[in-house]
Amino acid sequence: MIGVLKGLVQTWKTHWRKPVTVQYPDERLPLQPRYMGFPGLIWDQAIGEPFCTGCQVCMRYCPTQCMYVTMQDNPKQAAGESKRRKIVETFTIDISRCISCAICVEVCNFDAIEMTHAHERAGYYPDVVPDLPQLLKMSEDFRAQRGQKPARETRDVL
Amino acid sequence: MITERRLDTVDMHINVGPQHPATHGVFRMVLRVDGERIVDCVPYIGYLHRGFEKLAENEEFQEVIIHLDRTDYIAQFNNEFCYLMAVEKLLGVKPPERAEYARIILAELNRIVSHLMFYGAFGGDAGAITPFLYAFRERERLQRLFESVSGARLMHFYFRAGGLKEDLPEGFLEEVRRILPVLKQGIDECDTLLTENEVFLSRTVGIGAISAQEAIDYGCTGPILRACGVREDVRRSDPYSLYPTLDFDVPVGKKGDTFDRYLVRVQEMRESIRIVEQCLDRIPEGPFRTPIPRYPHYRVDPGEVYVHTENPRGDYGIYLISRGGVQPFRVKLRSPCFCNLMALPAMLRDAYVADAVMVLGSLDIVLGEVDR
Repeated sequence: MIGVLKGLVQTWKTHWRKPVTVQYPDERLPLQPRYMGFPGLIWDQAIGEPFCTGCQVCMRYCPTQCMYVTMQDNPKQAAGESKRRKIVETFTIDISRCISCAICVEVCNFDAIEMTHAHERAGYYPDVVPDLPQLLKMSEDFRAQRGQKPARETRDVL
Repeated sequence: MITERRLDTVDMHINVGPQHPATHGVFRMVLRVDGERIVDCVPYIGYLHRGFEKLAENEEFQEVIIHLDRTDYIAQFNNEFCYLMAVEKLLGVKPPERAEYARIILAELNRIVSHLMFYGAFGGDAGAITPFLYAFRERERLQRLFESVSGARLMHFYFRAGGLKEDLPEGFLEEVRRILPVLKQGIDECDTLLTENEVFLSRTVGIGAISAQEAIDYGCTGPILRACGVREDVRRSDPYSLYPTLDFDVPVGKKGDTFDRYLVRVQEMRESIRIVEQCLDRIPEGPFRTPIPRYPHYRVDPGEVYVHTENPRGDYGIYLISRGGVQPFRVKLRSPCFCNLMALPAMLRDAYVADAVMVLGSLDIVLGEVDR
């Protein structure tokens, strides 16, 4: 009986502690800076084209084969604006299959892909298969948010 | 005249799982019962088989790590640790000291996470919901730490051949230092909640006991074996990494019953905290990865190696064969859960049906690792 009472005292004490639960859709804990969501493609501001050349190395190493990439000749190179001879033509990532392992980031030879904080992407096809402009936007949004504080500060409990 | 009339009874079969909430995953066992007593138990596994060993043969050494995360999905850092020690042995590189300490810190914290998970689920098996909430409150602190380190809560993919993916984030060690006393208090709270509780004791003491010899014969390792009173821990018996320099005890039980398995794990959490504290004092500044040529597509010389480590569930071994090149020729996983699970029929013999779930819970199986 004493053991049960000891447990009761413990639960009684805990009753007066600050709760640690966060009411999720209304308030959110901030993501860690290193958080790996889904990958996005980086835009080369200086030239005005993606860093990605469509070399397909990420596609080859993707463990779930969720990417599809094609390459084309860079029209800007012909015009003398860019040094990249080849550029990405299409780039799709099936987010419903992506496991956010960041292997694509690791193998990329041009640092053209990065893990954004995008993670709430549940939906139907084809919403879960972003194409090149959407992937570029994901990275752009991520970079725009990054320096800023999260919308709502967490309670200092965890 | 009184004639003795006996009822003819037939043993009944009860199917538990694979979609049973108390089986901790997709595990199925068929119990043969005589009234309330279990006569025999046949475990069926393989519902979570993903062919990890075959997958590993078609991928580069680096990529295999993500599948290791998914074998024992509650102790990911420990699995990566084991595999990468094997790769490093073949490569002939040694990770820098900072990486070694960081690995031990993360692996020991992950052991606490795993044991807290066990604690919560075990309380739930006994019919107590409150311990689950307590354990997960404590576990969440560590999960957030892991997220800050690796960017993922569960599938970390953080250890690399020759060290770590990137350096520990700024302020991580201070954060661990801040959290450890809180965690200690949390473990003590969990302890008071369940360990002396009479209802819990009556459900666990003397249930599912096996002798030390039997446990050794079945190939049990980890807390299952230690609960029988055998002081066997890979960190002590076959020390790896920097464990020989660290000071910690190996808690053992006496009777090898369900309660002893529980108690050994609770004590192990405290020992893990001791190890982390020592590592925090010693971890130096410096590089976090030894450079390897052609990283991450490094080539490994032909050879074979067996490395085993002490996972939260026991002796986790990787047998790695390389025939040169970027892909492993064979990766064999010695899964502790699988061996521990094979002792289940011996533990359940002559137990009550109601205790079957408790005994299964005390094994702390992770089906991802059993079926791989």
